[in-house]
Amino acid sequence: MDQIPILMVGDCLLVSIQVDMHDQLALALQDSLMTKIVETGARGVMLDISSLQFVDSFIGRLLNNIASMARVLDAATVVVGMQPAVAITLVELGLTLSGIRTALNVDKGLALIRRIIDGEEQAFDRREG
Amino acid sequence: MANKADTIISTLITRSRKPLLDEWLARQATMAGSGAIAADGDVKEYCTRFLAELDTGLAAGEVGDIRGAGWSGMRELLEEVSRSRAGKGFTPSETASFVFSLKAPLFALVQREAGDNAARLADELQSATTLLDTLGLYTVEVFQKAREEVIARQQEEMLELSTPVVRLWEGIVAVPLIGTLDSNRTQVVMENLLQEIVSAGAQIAIIDITGVPTVDTLVAQHLLKTVSAARLMGADCIISGIRPQIAQTIVHLGVDLSVTSKASMSGALELALKRIGKAVVERKARPAAEVS
Amino acid sequence: MIVEKDETIPVRTSEDVVRVRREVRERAVALGFGLVDQTKLVTAASEIARNTLDYGGGGELRIECLRDGNRRGLRLSFSDRGPGIPDIERAMTDGYTTGGGLGLGLSGAKRLSSDFAIRSSPGQGTVVILARWK
Repeated sequence: MDQIPILMVGDCLLVSIQVDMHDQLALALQDSLMTKIVETGARGVMLDISSLQFVDSFIGRLLNNIASMARVLDAATVVVGMQPAVAITLVELGLTLSGIRTALNVDKGLALIRRIIDGEEQAFDRREG
Repeated sequence: MANKADTIISTLITRSRKPLLDEWLARQATMAGSGAIAADGDVKEYCTRFLAELDTGLAAGEVGDIRGAGWSGMRELLEEVSRSRAGKGFTPSETASFVFSLKAPLFALVQREAGDNAARLADELQSATTLLDTLGLYTVEVFQKAREEVIARQQEEMLELSTPVVRLWEGIVAVPLIGTLDSNRTQVVMENLLQEIVSAGAQIAIIDITGVPTVDTLVAQHLLKTVSAARLMGADCIISGIRPQIAQTIVHLGVDLSVTSKASMSGALELALKRIGKAVVERKARPAAEVS
Repeated sequence: MIVEKDETIPVRTSEDVVRVRREVRERAVALGFGLVDQTKLVTAASEIARNTLDYGGGGELRIECLRDGNRRGLRLSFSDRGPGIPDIERAMTDGYTTGGGLGLGLSGAKRLSSDFAIRSSPGQGTVVILARWK
């Protein structure tokens, strides 16, 4: 079965979804992503969906689940590059994915992950101090 | 009604096509409003093709119904004539007269051909009239359709024109909305804005509704959908210039407008600059010598 | 209204669902649909195709290209011979699900379509018809 590659950039995992995934492939991606977070101790996950031509409720749920699970494993998730037509459709479908952080592109996504990680550490330092 | 091909008309079209064509052209040249028609340089070619197609159609034996395959060439020709005349600014009557003006010369020939046979004459004229009426009305129909297409295209262009998205700063885009927002227009604005967010790489989008007199539920929902869609793409929206009545409407409608809003465009710009880590500061006064 | 093209493709595996999305996208592009309309139609098709597969045990999709005057449209009819939906009204409510999903499939697909109809009787299967006009 084909697989979606997961790349390591610094302490972040980068996944670029470029094919129309059937449901099992999407679930397999979720599994291997979680395994990879634990293996590498990654602090951030970036899902680049700029090549994805649609997001239906299944993919929407998948993104939500990945973000929640990653949070439990101490990694911040950012979804980047959603196309306007996809965003409009998703809102019409009734999904706003309010639990997910988003950024326009990979650059801005990496910066956002950095801010989230730093922000959490600062908040922790303040409490400790 | 005569449904056979061996009618006087079909005989005439085959045998006396040349005199018929000359007579028809002459008639069109003397008709009212012929200035425009005379200027239609293709008229002779159109007439020649019309008679040829009439021959084909009649030979196919479908006199009562021009939707058949035998008339497909005729339909194409009439569509071409109508569209060309619609484009040149002809009136519908001027367009239809192309077909109707054939009646007089054709009927004169039929009459001569039928001679004393009154019953046959009536029968022939009846079917010829029906056929030419149908063809004439078809040109009007196509004419109407062509005009509607022009109007639809213009409406689309107007929509595009009426919603400019401007780049205010590196990373900040804005769309000043003016006039009544209907669902259609809001949708176009939404798509343009989101597209511009991508191409400008803008983190912040300002939607200014100072120039919008009223907002109904549907429009409020569209605005909120735009905000949600922008957020999904990774950009934040600020709505500026909400008038008191609109604020009332929104609260009254029970729409949860959980978006950042500012009273004015300048307030929104200030906030947007702050969000991207920029600030506007007063310039230090220059030495007097430099000022003069 | 004229049906200009009429095809039927199977919805039996999750690869078929991918194919449904691809075929619907191709038809929509050929009819000159804009990007947003294409995406809405493909997403609606994806939702219903998954329902046909997961709840209906598989079925088929009929794709028809329509013309009505100047308007062009695409009509998608999904049918299965599965257990059917006992309470359609409830199934159409946002957030209602029997399968652990988000419960947005039917209601969401309806919002993404110009026309939407659903017929189902217990034990007889389900037919969902949706259309979108340009």
